[in-house]
Amino acid sequence: MDKQETHTTGISQSDRIPADLLFRIDEAVTHYPISKRSASLPLLHLWQNHFGFIDDSAVNWISKRLDLEPINILELVTFYPWFRQQPAGKVCIRVCRTLSCALAGGFEVRDAFCTAAGINPNAEMHGHTPPVSADGKFSVEFVECLASCGSGPVALINDDLVEDITPEGAAGILSQYH
Amino acid sequence: MKSLLLPPHPKERRIVFKNAWTQGYTPDIECYLKDGGYEELRKALAMKPAEIIDEVKKSNLRGRGGAAFPCGVKWGFIRHDDGKPHYITCNGDESEPGTFKDRYILNNDPHQLIEGMAIAAFALNVHLAYIYIRCEFTKSAGIVTKAIEEAKAKGFLGKNILGTGFDLEIYVHQGAGAYICGEETSLIESIEGKRPYPRIKPPYFPAVLGLYMSPTIVNNVETLCHVKQIFKLGSEEYSKMGTPGDGGTRVMCVSGDVMRPGPYEIPVGGVTLGELINDVCGGMKPGRKLKAIIPGGSSSKVMRAGEVYKMKVKGPDGEMIEKDVPLLDITMDAASLAAAGTMIGSAGVIVMDDSRSMLWALNNLNTFYAHESCGQCTPCREGVLWIDKMTTRMVNGEGIAQDPITLKNVADNIAGRTVCAFGEAASWPVQSFLEKFPEEFAVGAK
Repeated sequence: MDKQETHTTGISQSDRIPADLLFRIDEAVTHYPISKRSASLPLLHLWQNHFGFIDDSAVNWISKRLDLEPINILELVTFYPWFRQQPAGKVCIRVCRTLSCALAGGFEVRDAFCTAAGINPNAEMHGHTPPVSADGKFSVEFVECLASCGSGPVALINDDLVEDITPEGAAGILSQYH
Repeated sequence: MKSLLLPPHPKERRIVFKNAWTQGYTPDIECYLKDGGYEELRKALAMKPAEIIDEVKKSNLRGRGGAAFPCGVKWGFIRHDDGKPHYITCNGDESEPGTFKDRYILNNDPHQLIEGMAIAAFALNVHLAYIYIRCEFTKSAGIVTKAIEEAKAKGFLGKNILGTGFDLEIYVHQGAGAYICGEETSLIESIEGKRPYPRIKPPYFPAVLGLYMSPTIVNNVETLCHVKQIFKLGSEEYSKMGTPGDGGTRVMCVSGDVMRPGPYEIPVGGVTLGELINDVCGGMKPGRKLKAIIPGGSSSKVMRAGEVYKMKVKGPDGEMIEKDVPLLDITMDAASLAAAGTMIGSAGVIVMDDSRSMLWALNNLNTFYAHESCGQCTPCREGVLWIDKMTTRMVNGEGIAQDPITLKNVADNIAGRTVCAFGEAASWPVQSFLEKFPEEFAVGAK
């Protein structure tokens, strides 16, 4: 994943698209010779990988790029849990919530990550917008099954799958992401 | 995954998983070619498409995604020369709780999948195919894309493959965190760039009106790897490993309260549930007893320890006779688990011991389905939320006497009333937990 930009400029995302992102967008569209609309998800991924989230200007820009209406893109952003309209933490911690990980102690691991990251464990953390620590460094959220049920509890920390996590080990894991 | 670092258990036969865990095996094409890679594609390209489909039919390969539909029969729905474009979409949106096999194939042995797909594409007259990978497999899309480029550079993909005049482009398409995209018509809508609301069947069978309203075959990652293995072993040898009508090996993913959870590749019907849990997985944790098994991913109906199932089996004279089969003697194949009233599904076996509350476990699954319902059909959209709210309330000790009856009623009114099988998938856990463990749902039960 690209290094995510910080959300401080106040300038619309579509006014600061770098050349390499444009290049990758053009390349992704060629994967769908039958229908450009099919490139909606790939473009949203490229966008979020670069900017960290998807703002209104992105919805407009992507829809124009693919000859669609803005609603065709917005309805994807609001449907798919992966996409965000607000920035997450620079270190994004997605803890598996589902049964096998829960049996192995996933809820305790989530709480331990919250403590280590300085996030209220009672915050709503099962939607599109996870709670972020005051310094913007960490976000912690629950996600559904990450398909690594035999090595639970697992979490996705940025792009890394971390397996067999214990509550005691949570703080040590986060310290590697400082 | 620790279990995969162990040598294979004697019950295992690693075919699809053969290289994924070999020390020093890498996902690049040179390593794959050293192991005889793409030889099966050469073999297949020298055959007639109908002969390839026939081999797959004879292998008795069933889909490894969840429905266990015979793969060759599915392929047989495609008419080679109907003049329409055909597509293959490989389903790597593995999200069924309890299932964890695709990541190892995609990350460690991607060429096996690409070769299987290329064989399938030649058989089905497909020139454009997509591998749908859930985006939570963060590394997989890059690894598979690189493997596709390598295969193209060597002439195994792209234009005029190995000089045969056959063209095939494969692209990776990443999901975005929605379980529903594992449903085949939903996956197709997702590739079309839409909200992934499943399509109603009939008329939208993928083999008739699939991707871009053209005939499309949707196969699971593991299934397409088995296609390659069928051509390596020969359909006869391959089918011999399984049970009649259910050939080959399959990766059984065991998680929960066992000593050695993990994915184990075992010939279909090659183990009983008891052997799988107590022998392959090293048994329950010390001092604990088996309480419940979810045998085929979270959507399959739960089984209770100590249960005895009345099953029809073949007697000594070949006649079908009814026999009492204890839970742990049931073999892991599609027909046996169906006869026991549940299903093999994705072969994701979740084991729970006597320390577990069945109300708590069901509530965990209800929250999953409440989060993942796509919201297209009213009974599901509304029902799963109510089911989740009810069991959450019960877990908090605020249940009322009517709750188990209401829960069952809501579940009964979702199943069979939705466009896709998600309705059943969400209802079966509720119905089966209530039926098998009624005492844990009675008022005051914690």
